[in-house]
Amino acid sequence: MAGNRFSYNLDSTLETVDKAEETASRIASETGFGEDEVMQIAMAVREAAVNAVLHGNAYDPEKKVALEFERTPKDLVITIRDQGKGLDPGNIPDPLAPENLLKTSGRGIFLIRSFMDVVEIHPSSTGTEIKLIKHVHGETGGGKEASQ
Amino acid sequence: MNLRVSTRQVDGVNIVDCSGRITLGEGSVVLRDTVKELLSKGQKKILLNLGDVNYIDSSGIGELVSAYTTAKNQGGELKLLNLTKKVHDLLQITKLYTVFDVKDDETAAVKSFR
Repeated sequence: MAGNRFSYNLDSTLETVDKAEETASRIASETGFGEDEVMQIAMAVREAAVNAVLHGNAYDPEKKVALEFERTPKDLVITIRDQGKGLDPGNIPDPLAPENLLKTSGRGIFLIRSFMDVVEIHPSSTGTEIKLIKHVHGETGGGKEASQ
Repeated sequence: MNLRVSTRQVDGVNIVDCSGRITLGEGSVVLRDTVKELLSKGQKKILLNLGDVNYIDSSGIGELVSAYTTAKNQGGELKLLNLTKKVHDLLQITKLYTVFDVKDDETAAVKSFR
């Protein structure tokens, strides 16, 4: 674990979701983000971890969630990787569409995009990697979308 | 801190005081069970006091939606009271703020039930 890079290999459990959120909150604070941004980053990481544990690895004890934080002078880059079937980002319903507003799920990726500056989703047959970037000194939010 | 709830009744309205986090897992289950229990007892006027809820994730938002639609489908009413800024902002960006009937004064909220 180098000074600006932190890696974790986690089980597919709910405890992993909490640990990912707590770790993101701590690292974002140490990176110098303000309170609101820390909350946004921590929530984005929590939602990505939920996707990895539930939808990706489906709680399979044989499968792991890889979580990585990298601090660069300009960005905090967070990568979450699962070993599931691969999420198709083009197949995610818009949670703001009137017909979806009262659905009880399907808001995780939307919240991630709302809170991070860049979101990249890379599905493959061996799992999904989602990369989240928050600019250290940039404009907040906006969810500029980078496709796969 | 996980979600803690306590229920009290004011003028026929069941006020569910919630504190802690409404997140995937225990927090969501506690809320779901509380609302279901009230409805099963015929208590159909439900006011969720979220004044001490400091965190909610997408699963928690889903639970709020589920509680709202479950109550509505059983001829009841479920309203929200005292949103913290974080919860308020999340309901705004998910466009749910206008779906829920949101109140910031308990007395007025109780009176608003039919």
